[in-house]
Amino acid sequence: MNEKLRYWMLVLPALAVMILFYIWPVLNIWGISVTEPSAGLGNYTRMFDSNAVRVSFVLTFRVAAITTILCLLLGYVLAYTISNFATRVRPLMLGLVLLPFWVSVLIRSFAWIVLLGRSGLVNDALMDAGLISTPIRFMHNELGVLIAMVHVMLPFAVLPMLTNMRGIDGSYMRAARGLGASEWRAFREVYFPQTLPGVFSGGLLVFVLSLGFYITPALLGGGRVMMISEYITYQIQEFLNWGLGAALSVALLVATAIVLLVAARFVNLRKTFLERS
Amino acid sequence: MSNPILSVRQAVKTYGKFRALDAVDLDIREGEFLTLLGPSGSGKTTLLSAIAGFTALDGGVVHARGGDITPLPPEKRDFAMVFQGYALFPTMTVAENVGYPLRVRKWSKQDIRDRVRECLDLVQMGQFADRMPNQLSGGQQQRIALARALSFRPDVLLLDEPLSALDKKLRADLQWELKALHERLGVTFVYVTHDQDEALSMSDRIVILKDGAIQQEGAPGELYDWPRTRFVANFLGKSNFIEARMAGREGDRLIAEAAGHRFAVKPAAGAPETGAGCLALRPERIRLGRPGEQAFAGRVKQISYLGERCQVLVDHDVLGEVLVSQPTWHAGVRPEPRMDVSFGWDAEACVPLTDA
Repeated sequence: MNEKLRYWMLVLPALAVMILFYIWPVLNIWGISVTEPSAGLGNYTRMFDSNAVRVSFVLTFRVAAITTILCLLLGYVLAYTISNFATRVRPLMLGLVLLPFWVSVLIRSFAWIVLLGRSGLVNDALMDAGLISTPIRFMHNELGVLIAMVHVMLPFAVLPMLTNMRGIDGSYMRAARGLGASEWRAFREVYFPQTLPGVFSGGLLVFVLSLGFYITPALLGGGRVMMISEYITYQIQEFLNWGLGAALSVALLVATAIVLLVAARFVNLRKTFLERS
Repeated sequence: MSNPILSVRQAVKTYGKFRALDAVDLDIREGEFLTLLGPSGSGKTTLLSAIAGFTALDGGVVHARGGDITPLPPEKRDFAMVFQGYALFPTMTVAENVGYPLRVRKWSKQDIRDRVRECLDLVQMGQFADRMPNQLSGGQQQRIALARALSFRPDVLLLDEPLSALDKKLRADLQWELKALHERLGVTFVYVTHDQDEALSMSDRIVILKDGAIQQEGAPGELYDWPRTRFVANFLGKSNFIEARMAGREGDRLIAEAAGHRFAVKPAAGAPETGAGCLALRPERIRLGRPGEQAFAGRVKQISYLGERCQVLVDHDVLGEVLVSQPTWHAGVRPEPRMDVSFGWDAEACVPLTDA
């Protein structure tokens, strides 16, 4: 048996699964978007004319962008602390960052409902402490979606930045300070620029995942914060509007692809998605 | 000592139970090339780091030009440092790297440009100004690191094993260049290394450290010819050790007895002059001869050919294995394995040690 054939035999099972259960259905969706309920681009013109669709897309990009920024801010501090200060507790801190990966997103989202609800733990505690007299609305609005999204996405921001930072030798900062730069200046001019690849990777990962995220926005938005993936589900499950739902899916796919294409100019995509942690 | 540019007094640094520095006193003269030499864990890097301000001492003080700089952060000390891994900033060009200390010091753009060009020419890297550090070889990066450290004309340049990542030939070339730079600029160099050849070839003065304490200090030739302890005799070059009985003075010479022979050694301060003693004997001070020609009879055990020199291991009944080093191109005996030979040395070739 020659080398090439052996190679194909090895990847064949995985390839078959991918084609059968992923590529084929995706192509079908493309098909549905131009055939249901009638052949033509009717779904797409409806989509572009619909105010609700535009609102949902804007909301989706806004939530994804804010989530990304918050994850990067929180994640940068966390990654910096872990890679530069936590010597003895580093394994513990790394474990805590990875821990959420072992708990289902569904459970984590329900946990946030328990915490943020009208008579949830947070509101109860604040009222008992006398800080507020009526419960704050943490849920069924963008605030709740953002809180839970940041929590779910944080590890995806931390890990690429952590990998990046752990590759930066401490001698750069020492060299800068030895040459006369203050600690803050050395961080700003010498350390931070070296962490930008990690920041871009983490940001891109969080943004792309957030664009198509479903469970957390659906649960914490309670139908009031309708991000695009929930909108698609709504169209298909509630209205049996397969044509428009499929067209929206294609639009989301295209939008994500455009984000990736633009990002590819600044970020090494291979590193971001294939060589993570 | 006249007017030290830097002095360390009673420096102590501990990591848990490990004493990295154990009450170290050191004076550094203005303009000298001082090398801190020692095996890993000897405290040489910790000492340099304490001088640079990266390591806070648990006790003791560092003075520069008479002022106490112990509490100052590194950036306020105005020394320059060259690191083992060069630490060139990867996001800046060569010129930006070299100009960084000047930018921090708020020099004008024109002045920075002029000084950067001057410094790059100094290390013969003028045509590389616009490259990024990762486009340069190790030796080139090291030259840039030197140019960057020297660009603001510091009084003191601290070098932490700067050549250890380079291959042997390049290292030898850069040793010449460093020495030449030092002579040309008159800057005080404090150089850390574990490589005795580096220390011997470049330094005005070597300080040998072991277990966080200074073992001995002096000019390279002085240390090589007059080691005080077994450690120094063996760390700086190779040495044979001869267990001898010291038989007191005869005039201004000291008499030692070993393996049934009496011979003269030069007295050394602090070494015992009667009773049991230990003598250090450099391999190149021993002469080989045909049987009967020299005082001691032995048999060749092993020969190691090193090109210009060859090392011969000779077995002696009482002294044990004796290492002899002689030029390969040599008119005398050409040793062969298992050959019977004799060996001996000139009067005063042996140095009495203090830690007998």
